[in-house]
Amino acid sequence: MRKISDEDHVATIPAPAAEPESPAAPRRMTLNMGPQHPSTHGVLRIMLELEGETIRKAVPDIGFLHTGIEKEFEQKFWQQAVTLTDRVDYLANLSNNLVYALAVEKLLQIEIPPRAQWMRVMLTEFSRLNSHLVWLGTHALDIGAMSVFFYCFREREDILRIFEMFSGQRMMTSYIRIGGLALEPPRGWEKAVGKFIRAFPSKVDEYENLLDANPIWMRRTKGVGFIPLEDMLDLGVTGPMIRAAGLKWDLRKSEPYSSYDKFDFEIPTRAENDVYARYRVRLSEMRESAKIITQALEGMPEGAWQADAPHVVLPDREKMKTEMEALIYHFKIVTEGFRVPAGEVYQCIESPRGEIGYYIVSDGTSKPYRVHMRTPSFGNLQALGVMLKDTLIADSIASLGSMDFVLGDTDR
Amino acid sequence: MNHPAIIETREAFGEKTILAHPAEIVAFCRYLKQEEKFARLSAVTAVDWHPAEPRFEVVYHLHNIEKNERLRVKCRLSGENPEIDSVYEVWRAADWYEREVYDMFGIKFRNHPNLVRILMPVDWEGYPLRKDYPVHGYKYSYPEEQ
Repeated sequence: MRKISDEDHVATIPAPAAEPESPAAPRRMTLNMGPQHPSTHGVLRIMLELEGETIRKAVPDIGFLHTGIEKEFEQKFWQQAVTLTDRVDYLANLSNNLVYALAVEKLLQIEIPPRAQWMRVMLTEFSRLNSHLVWLGTHALDIGAMSVFFYCFREREDILRIFEMFSGQRMMTSYIRIGGLALEPPRGWEKAVGKFIRAFPSKVDEYENLLDANPIWMRRTKGVGFIPLEDMLDLGVTGPMIRAAGLKWDLRKSEPYSSYDKFDFEIPTRAENDVYARYRVRLSEMRESAKIITQALEGMPEGAWQADAPHVVLPDREKMKTEMEALIYHFKIVTEGFRVPAGEVYQCIESPRGEIGYYIVSDGTSKPYRVHMRTPSFGNLQALGVMLKDTLIADSIASLGSMDFVLGDTDR
Repeated sequence: MNHPAIIETREAFGEKTILAHPAEIVAFCRYLKQEEKFARLSAVTAVDWHPAEPRFEVVYHLHNIEKNERLRVKCRLSGENPEIDSVYEVWRAADWYEREVYDMFGIKFRNHPNLVRILMPVDWEGYPLRKDYPVHGYKYSYPEEQ
């Protein structure tokens, strides 16, 4: 047997690619990132064209999680379709419940009692906290700060317990229904919410302690992921991304819904327009959400938690046993649904990711004729190509994470 | 607002809707963006009124951030060979939204830079959100297994 010599090793190493003849035409390599890449948070595929370490072109390829939810809407009764909205953006279920309920209520023109409105505000703010916590934990994990993940998921667990207390479900809550809430708020909810919200600001301090002045975090995020504000507006980007570029635009303030105008909170903005600014904006938003939840807890109005609309809202169980009318309404709603007057509405709210808008067309029957979901992740992801262009591939993970998209929300 | 492309203006549920001529959609959108300052295209979608004719409605949702005003522009298209000009040159946001409408309804957007399917696989047949498309899809065959 021949002894392996040093020359053999040299021979197995492929010869370096020939240097490009002129600097005008450097060699390009196409790299396929995803759809199973862990830092794409779901199944997103990005085709990268690289020149050395620099991305010259990035083309996102979506649709791997497409489930035809918009088609499914057309097969369900209005009240059944609430369960579909949970499954769109699975990190902010209650925001999706809320926007659907608001849109259908607009068509039905029913008035929601203040207690239900405040409850909705409180719970959607919890879902904002939930979403931001998942974002912060996984984004930090992507960049290499592992411990933040454990801190964030500790608080998220408490939030999911609160959701379970209200709705019986940790994630697919379907708690906000057309005409109010699904169930009466459970006994002792004030205690659970109060305990969480008193402790929460100190938890945000902990995340800040871990990251704010962390030299590695700052090096990885400052000046990374820049995209001009004009481009963002033109490409349909919304939410914290826009606010981190200095535009003070939040649908909770500009087009208040569900009595948000009665709450006192700020819209955090930053001017730097990079990954660090987006992190700061989301962290400040968590503090503002905590403020809103505290106000909701302290000022929660008493009274009904469902609208006075017997043709839409399922009757109380007790009444069904004693009142003939309630029994009839129950039977009618369950077997043939309720009719919604013909018309079209567009209702949008501020989800943790940006503008989520439902365009609903009714033809006067008991099923939606057409539901289009304008989801924030879809709009935001469209800007990815512009954001990644001419940046380093090592920064792409930080830029990607700072968009905070959910692929279920993108592909529907 | 006065523009030759406007056919009809309606207001319902506090929302303004303009029905526009499909042939002049790009000029009208450019006017809306430059003169009326609708800087954002929030979404583009479509509605299928099968079997009525004109069958399709392409719906544009616009937003003016400064005045905090929203507007819905609609164009009616016939069911046979539905085609309309792309508004990509006015708002780049139209890129994916128009691709989605093409993917789901089969409405073609002229002068779109890259009109290919976006959510469904590229070799998919049929347009899922059309009303004559069955909910469970057409029976799928698996040639390699037969």
